[in-house]
Order: sequence, then structure tokens, then C-alpha cells
Amino acid sequence: MLQLDYVAPTTADEAVRALGGGQAKVLAGGTDLLVQMRSGRVRPQRIVDLKRIPGLIGVREEAGGFVIGAATPGAVLGEHKALVKAWPGVVEAANLIGSTQVQGRASIAGNLCNASPAADSVPAIIAARAVAVVIGAKGRREVPVEAIAVAPGKTSLAPDEFVLEIRLPARPARAGDAYLRSIPRTEMDIAVVGAGVNLILNPDGGVAEAHVALGAVAPTALLVPEAGAAIIGSKLDEAALERLDAAARAACRPISDKRGTADYRIKIAGVLARRAAKIAYQRASEA
Amino acid sequence: MSKRTHISTTVNGDPVEFLSDPGVTLLDALRDELQLTGAKEGCGSGDCGACSVMLDGRLVCSCLVLAVEAEDRRIETIEGMAQGGELHPLQQKFLEHAALQCGFCTPGLLVASKALLDQNPDPTETEVRYWLAGNLCRCTGYDKIIRAVMDAAAELRQARRVA
Amino acid sequence: MTDVMDKPALKVVGTRPIRPDGVDKVTGRAAYGADFAMPGMIWGKIKRSPHAHARIVSIDTKKARALPGVKAVVTAADFPDLASQEFEAGESASNLRDMSLNVMARGKALYKGHAVAAVAAASPQIAQAALELIEVTYEVLPHVIDVEAAMAPGAPLLHDHLYTEGLDEHPAAPSNIAKRNRLERGDLAAGFAAAEVIVEGRYVTQAVHQGYIEPHACVCAMSQDGQAQVWSSSQGQFMVRTYSAKILGIDAANIRVTPAEIGGGFGGKTVVYLEPVALALSRQSGLPVKMVMTREEVFEATGPTSGAVVEVKLGAKKDGRIVAAEVELKYQAGAFPGSPVGAGSMTALAVYDIENFRITGWDVVTNTPKVAAYRAPGAPISAFGVESAVDDLALKLGMDPIAIRELNGVRNGVKASYGPTFRDIGFQETLAAAKAHPHWSAPLGPNQGRGVAAGFWFNIGGESTAAVHINEDGGAVVATGNPDIGGSRASMAMMAAEVLGLPVEKVRPIVADTASIGFSMLTGGSRTTFATGMAVTQAAEKIVADLKRRAGLLWDVPVDQIAWEGGAAHCLDPRKDVKPLTLAALAAQSGKTGGPISAEVAINAQGAGPGFGVHICDVEIDRETGHVSVVRYTAVQDVGKAIHPAYVEGQIQGGAVQGIGWALNEEYVFDREGRMENPGFLDYRVPVASDLPMIDAVMVEVPNPRHPFGAKGVGEVPIVPPLAAVANAVRGALGVRMSELPMSPPKVRAVLDSL
Repeated sequence: MLQLDYVAPTTADEAVRALGGGQAKVLAGGTDLLVQMRSGRVRPQRIVDLKRIPGLIGVREEAGGFVIGAATPGAVLGEHKALVKAWPGVVEAANLIGSTQVQGRASIAGNLCNASPAADSVPAIIAARAVAVVIGAKGRREVPVEAIAVAPGKTSLAPDEFVLEIRLPARPARAGDAYLRSIPRTEMDIAVVGAGVNLILNPDGGVAEAHVALGAVAPTALLVPEAGAAIIGSKLDEAALERLDAAARAACRPISDKRGTADYRIKIAGVLARRAAKIAYQRASEA
Repeated sequence: MSKRTHISTTVNGDPVEFLSDPGVTLLDALRDELQLTGAKEGCGSGDCGACSVMLDGRLVCSCLVLAVEAEDRRIETIEGMAQGGELHPLQQKFLEHAALQCGFCTPGLLVASKALLDQNPDPTETEVRYWLAGNLCRCTGYDKIIRAVMDAAAELRQARRVA
Repeated sequence: MTDVMDKPALKVVGTRPIRPDGVDKVTGRAAYGADFAMPGMIWGKIKRSPHAHARIVSIDTKKARALPGVKAVVTAADFPDLASQEFEAGESASNLRDMSLNVMARGKALYKGHAVAAVAAASPQIAQAALELIEVTYEVLPHVIDVEAAMAPGAPLLHDHLYTEGLDEHPAAPSNIAKRNRLERGDLAAGFAAAEVIVEGRYVTQAVHQGYIEPHACVCAMSQDGQAQVWSSSQGQFMVRTYSAKILGIDAANIRVTPAEIGGGFGGKTVVYLEPVALALSRQSGLPVKMVMTREEVFEATGPTSGAVVEVKLGAKKDGRIVAAEVELKYQAGAFPGSPVGAGSMTALAVYDIENFRITGWDVVTNTPKVAAYRAPGAPISAFGVESAVDDLALKLGMDPIAIRELNGVRNGVKASYGPTFRDIGFQETLAAAKAHPHWSAPLGPNQGRGVAAGFWFNIGGESTAAVHINEDGGAVVATGNPDIGGSRASMAMMAAEVLGLPVEKVRPIVADTASIGFSMLTGGSRTTFATGMAVTQAAEKIVADLKRRAGLLWDVPVDQIAWEGGAAHCLDPRKDVKPLTLAALAAQSGKTGGPISAEVAINAQGAGPGFGVHICDVEIDRETGHVSVVRYTAVQDVGKAIHPAYVEGQIQGGAVQGIGWALNEEYVFDREGRMENPGFLDYRVPVASDLPMIDAVMVEVPNPRHPFGAKGVGEVPIVPPLAAVANAVRGALGVRMSELPMSPPKVRAVLDSL
């Protein structure tokens, strides 16, 4: 019979030590882990609950940016007015994960470390150029969030490492972001395609900086520099949007599965990149 | 067998203690250890909302919470919604609007609806529909549920004005 | 009986009281299948086939039995090997052997999820661990899921001895085609020759599940003397008793089934899956056994309805009169014969009066779970084809889609396509109400389309028992044998209250166990309000007759001089100076007038009025993503007489939404190995609250004279029209027809790209 033990450390170092013992799994919101344990897909011998470590739940402002504790549920992000104002796309994306109930638990860091290519918050935080602070036996390191997932269900983290927090950079003036996904229903689905766009505008309204990330169109969420480059300098006119659409589509390497065909995903990646860019542009213009 | 853990927590305002395997969900502990069977299991994966409870004031699926996580927390379930001899206005409106048929999803819908009205006393129909999107109902087509929640919200607002 | 109906003012029937079981359901107190527990109870779980089709070479249970805490392990060897035998139980004929083999595979596993063994242990965790210790050796066989592939020569055979029934000649070789049925009238060739316009279509649907939120669950306890108690969630406690007794080869008298509250069924809980297994485990262990399915088990091992191919050809005159119709229906039955293609055939053209037609139905076994009844079984599928084709015909003729249905629609006196002559039907009234509804003439926005479709269901009557007992204070208890799946206790109490002249709050309705009430067919076929309601009414009328007799005794007045009104006996003899005797007064004196006041009525109700619905649907299409939104929906239905209008509306709204789900996103998806890829509510996409608008339920009341209050069955009709109503709306928005369900975004976008 499977042995399972549960620990709820109160410091990060304790958590690192608890993870060192082998078949351990980190528990933040648990909305993926518990489902995987139930289906037998994962069979940990130890569960390390991070939620009792101070700072792991909550958002704090630091140097103009935001630090999001790894176990902070989506609902908390949605209630943080300054965060919503600065990074509406990131918050929207996090708030699309599952139901209201799931929002009471699911965290961005958990979403990231679950390493699903379809994770909703991941394209948004990649586009936001977020950094994950990782802690382990060898100490702390900072990793661009796109480097965490390496394949479906696999991360670059060592067994004794976990994500402590997600850092979002400070926001200059005239910046805006957005995330959109396509699902068959209106809610409660895994993204068939997701697109996050983060823009910073020049005073004249031209795009100074653009970051575009796509979800569910490759084994991991993709940062698509070509898509960002396609709209630099533009005011998001129709021609620029066409270039964006084409660059987004060109980056896709999707599979066909129960949620959608490869062909459909590629087309929708372009559609969503365009739509998200328009929203981000609008927000940046008003920011 | 894994060794069982002793858990002290608060359910509907009452201190309770129970033993649980580390892998057991809060839903199973509520149902099997505490005999609070109002929360239902419809899916076990957070997709149906029938097991909705409040955990430290937040709406969650109790099938996605481990029982051991409940240590020192505050849990509210459907069993605590009616106060004494009085139904909560949401419960009353669900009855008046015939917002239930089989009734299996009803406890979860009520807990979720209360969580909504506690933080948004005047939701639009669209807000109610999206808030409750994680509570599946296969019988009603949602029409009467949405009406009941809107009506309860109106009544609660009225009561607040009077008070 | 009809004198009640003729009374100008009904006091209770037609009002909207709070349901008597409501408070328990909003406070979490109502006990469903999984909410029951018994002292000393252990937990059962089922080992299921990982293969879609495989020979079971061996099952080794030694290690599982040796695991501490394991109390029982069963396989097919623990059940009698039954002979093939058709028997009537529940809604339709079933084959006993097939049902037994579906509960526990013997020799072969016929679908992924097919039960091959079961264990019971001291905890669910031990039971789960024990399952993994059961070693099953399989010889994997080629499988077939698609209905037409299963019909093709050379397809993998599920059953070596299945020969097609219903052909002109007995076939020389076995096949997966269990049966061909045929309905025809007139001269089809002549009909098409006379037609001036012809439309044809081929329509494809996927298997969809009833999707009740409560997984199957039971607690079963068999004592050492062979007497058993069953507590389970089902659509019929007597059905559970009958099936369990037959599958286990024991006497029905030894099983007492108590119905738990049922968390949705929609037809899917008209068969047994767990109870015989739990009883076998209890027999072996001597302990009460609880079994609860997971959601994955519900999808993989309980009945969805058929995926199907429907071919329709219609011929009409230029004035819109349909003169010929040919319909071919190919339905998946799942692992054992018995798809709803028979009902699909009988309902296919039931809303139309057509001189020449031929309907051919094929019942085809496939390596998928055995289909179970799903709300108007078979009818939504054939209606999807026919109502799509009728819409295309209207378009081709430049006719209004409601007008073409009015022109061809059945009326009283018309001989139905499936045989009987229609009486007291309300189809034309329903069409008229749809046409007059503001929805039909409202303007459409950009990228929107509007569709309309009709639907039919027989509704049934059948065997029901009801008892009415008068309490010593003059209140009443109404006991029936039908699980209350969506508010029937309320309507039973209301009908009894109406007859007795009591306020409805004075009547307590209960659903009795199999030892406490006479036999009742299961809750299905939209029969309960009609048939069981009739039994309740008759029992209440017997009580009234008895009360009048008792008043006569007390007053020394002949019974024909006594009237019952407003809950009291009134003396009609002007020479007697007596005050009316209320029910409470009569109850208080019952000892002097003959003892307890109680009546039981057992009937086989005939004359359920068929139901007709007409639905109007508006959709809006996102032309870039292919996403279809239902933006407005109106469902009109002839309900006979709504006993509790709010619950009738609820049936209509719920049925419409299930149909919308079927049309847009629900489907079984299989991988190459024949395993369902989406056995959960995340990827099996039933509609969520934010997917939908309000559903306007419009009740048309054309009373059924064969029911004391005019009721017709209402639960099933509303799922029949939506598939085509949505498809016709999508056609309007896209300008081309989509004839494959579900019309999910990738498919819609592909159509848009092809334009």
C-alpha cells in the first residue's frame, strides 16, 4: 500500500529539506495535484504544502513591480487593485483558470509548474517578462518564466527546488497587456489556444516594445519574438495586425487532440494574437 | 496504510476534530468522518462544483482540498447556511423559484451563490452566470437558478436598506 | 373522473406551491445514493477492462484476497451464467443474459471500462489497492466503434452468435447488426415520382451521455439467511429489485429496495450496474457494502445514448405538401443489442402526415458502453435529421419554416406514422403559439441566425400503485412507488389535495420502498405525473367515497345525499340540520365509523397523451473562432395541463439545454485504441450557466381527457427539437448546413473556411 505523508513547513528552507527526500510533490493550490493523484497519474510519497510559509500567499509591491507568492490564489490577484491596474492581462489570465471555486485555490506558480502547454496564466506572464524565483538546496536563482516548463508535465526544476514567487516588472507609462483564450464553452475549459500580448507605446502611440506569447500551440507555451517584432513601430494598423497574425501562426507547432485540430489551433493563434494586441493597445493608450 | 493525522478545525462555527489519511480530501472527511453529507461529489476533479464549501472565507471545491490542510482553518458548508429555524434568503428563493429539480447540485450552488452575494450584493445576470459557471446543473437549464439568485440579491439589498 | 376537470376552479392544481421535499434539498439534508451509511459497512470497487475489446484469458485474484482488509472478491464466476431471455421490466424489453454480462464481463470484455472483477474492503483505499492486485490476462482483439464501420462486412465481431433479426431472410453469417426494423406506408416510389421538389441529407451524431451530476451509488447488505436490503439511487426501486434478483438468481421477496434521493437520471438510471455486484460482495463477506462510481466510471461504464447516422430524403409538391419520405437510421447500441432505434423510427415522422414513407432502422453493436435510455430515447437523433431536411425543404420552396410544418403537421384524426390515430393532440396549437411568440418575428443581429424545429414523444402510462392514508388529525400521507426525480412529490401531493379538498401543506407525499407499496414501473417515459398521478387521484377519490359513507353513518343519511366539497362532507338533505363534517372531524371519529381511513389503488394506466414541442433558437457565430452562442431560446410545448407549472417549465428548460449541449459541444471522443479520451466534465462539455440565455418555456394546454386533470407527460419532449433547432439556426447564420454534431468551434471554422 502506498505510503503518503503530509508536511506543512513554515520556512522555505524547511520546505527544501522536505522535498529532498525523494518522491515528494509540492502542494500550492492543489487544483492540479489532487486531480493527478486521484487519477493515479502521480503517486507521491510526500506532499509538501507551501501555504504555511510566510509570504507564499499574497502580493507585495517592490521597486515598482509586483511579487506574487507562489501559493497565491487567483481570487487574491483579482482583488489586488494596483496589480489589476498594472497587469490586467496577467490577472485576467490567472482568473480564467477553472471556476470561481478553483480561483479560490489555484496559483500562477502552480499553473506554471504543472507545465501544461495550455496553462492560461503562462502566456500572459511570459509576455509580461515575468521572472520566477526558484529556491532549492543549492540556493536561490531567478529564471525567466518561459524557462520553467520544458515539455508537457516536465519542468527544469530540480527535485528539491520549488518556485517561491513570481516577479512582475515595474510598469512604465503607456503600457498595457491582455490575454485571450479560445475554448468551446464560455468557461470551465482548457484553452484550445491562448495568446498573451504585452505592449509599451511611444508618446506618439507607436509600439515601442511588444511581447507576444502563445499557449497550447506547442509542447510548452511559446514566447514569439517575431510576433512582437511584427508590430514594433506600428500603431496597430490593419497591416501590422496582419503581420502579427502571420508571425503568430508561423510559430505554432501544435498537435491535433480532443480539444482541437492542429489546423484550427494555428488559425486561432493568429486571431487571438490580433484580438489580444488590440486590447493591450487600447489599455496602453489609456494608461 | 499511511498513518492517520489528527486534525482540529472549525466547521460552521463549531470546533471539530477528526483523523484523516494524508491523501483524503476535505470532501471525503466532511462526508465520511463528520457525517456532513450536504456537499456532494459529482466529479472529484473540480469541474462540477457540487462539493463547494467556504475555506477561510473563500469558495473552494472541497474535492480539491486535502483534509489535512483544514488544520486551524475555518470551514463553512451548506449545513451551516440556515440559521436556527430560518432559511437563508437564497435557500428560500431557490424553493420559491423551483430552482432545483433533482437537488443534487443545489447545496454547491447555494454555497457558491452566497459567496457571490456576500461580495457583490448587486450582480448582473451575466456576473451571476459566470460566477456560477463552475456549478453544473443538468436538470434546470439554469434559468430558474439565475432568477432565484437575482431575486435573493434584491431581497437582501432591500433588507439592508431597511436595516 | 372528469367531473373534477369540469369544475371551473381548481384550487391546488395549476398553482406553484413550494415542493414538500424542498427544505431538505436546500439544507443539504436530503440523502442521495452515496449519503447513506450502515454500521460495519465496507467499500466495494470494480476492476474494469482497459481494452475496448479483449478476450479474458484469466483472472487471478489471489494477491487481492490476501491483502489485509479485503473482505470479498467477485468475478463472473460468482454470478449465474444466465440463458438468453427477453423479459419485460421497466420501460422496454431487456435481455437478461446481456444485462448480466454488462454488469460483469464473462469471457470477453466488450468496451473500455467493462467490469471484470470487484472487491470489497475495510476502506476505499484498501479496495483501490486490492483492485491493482487483481491480475487479468487479456488477449486484445480488434475493436469497432463507428456505427457504419461496425455494419461493414469484415468488421470485428462482438458476438459470435448474433444474427440480424428483421431481415426478409435469416442471414447466413453473424454480424454486428442485431436488428433491422421497418415502418412503411403507401407507395414510396410513386410518392417520389409525384414530388416536384426533393431534398436529401445525411446527418451524423456522436454518442452523448445523460450527464446526471450524481454518480451511481448504493449500499447493499445481504444477511446470512439470504435476505437483502438495498439502498440506492435509481429511477425505480422495483426495477432494481427485479434486475438484481434475476442477475443473482435469487427471489425478489428476499430483496427490499429503499429508494435514495436521486441526483438526476434522464433515463440513465433505468438499469443496474452496481447493485448486483454489491449484493454479491455482501453475500460473500457477510457485511454491508457501499459502492460509489467515480465520474470516469460513469462516462466509461454507464449508458450514453447512441452515436448515429441518419439519412433523410423528402419529396414535396411545390405548395409544400410532403408526399414522400425515406428515412434510414443507423444507431450504435454499444456492447449489447438494444439501441433506441425502434423509438427513433417511430418518432422520426410522427409530427407529419405523409402518405408515402419508409423508415428503416438498424440496431448495431459496437465496442462502447451499452447504451441506456436518454430522455425520449432515439427521438432527438431522428428528429435532428428529419427537422433539418424539412428546413432545407422550406428554404428550397421559399416557405416559412413554421408554415411548412403547419401544412404537413398532424392533427386529430390523423393516423400516426407509427400506427395509432391521434386524439386530443396539440401540435397545431403549439405551432400557432410559436408563430405568435414575439421571438419569431424579432429582428436578428449581424452573424445571427434563427432556427425552428418540432419534436414528438409518445409518453407512456403503465403500472403504478398509490396509497393515501388519512392521519388522525385530518391530514394525509400519499405513498407511491416512483422515485421523485424532479418534483413529482409536489404534483402527487397537489393532485391528492385537490381531490380531498385539503391545503397542499396538509398532504405529505413519500416515495415508499418495495416492501411498503405495490409494484410500480420505474420513473421514466414521462409517465409519473400521468400514471402514478392517476393512481393517486383514484386513491384519493376512494377516500372521498369512504368519507362520504362515514358521514352518512354519523348523520344517518344515505350517501347519495352527501357531497364532498372544500375538505368537508355536506349534507344535501334540507331536512337535516347538520353542520358540514370536515376531514379532521371525520378522522377524529374514524374509530366509530369503521376504523382507519386508507385506500390503495393499483392500476395499469392507459391513454397517456403524446407530447409535441416547437423550439425557436437564435445563434450568433464568431466567424473567426467558429464559436456558436445561443443568444435567445424559446421552447413551446403542449403539456396537457400543468399540475405544477414551475416544474413543468423546469422540465422544458432543462430538456432544451441538454439538447443545446448535444448540438454544440457534447460528444464521446475515442482514441485509436477505442478508449474514451474525455471521461470527465472538463472535456465532456455539458453546458455551463454562462453558455446560455434564459430559456423561455411556453406552455400550451390542450388537456388529455384520459387523465383526471388533463395532464400529459412533459419531461422528454423538450430534448427532441433542440438539435435541429440549433442546427437550423446555424444554417441561417452561416448560409450552409452543418449536418454533423457537435457543431463545435473547429468544425464551424472549417465550414467557414470552405465558403
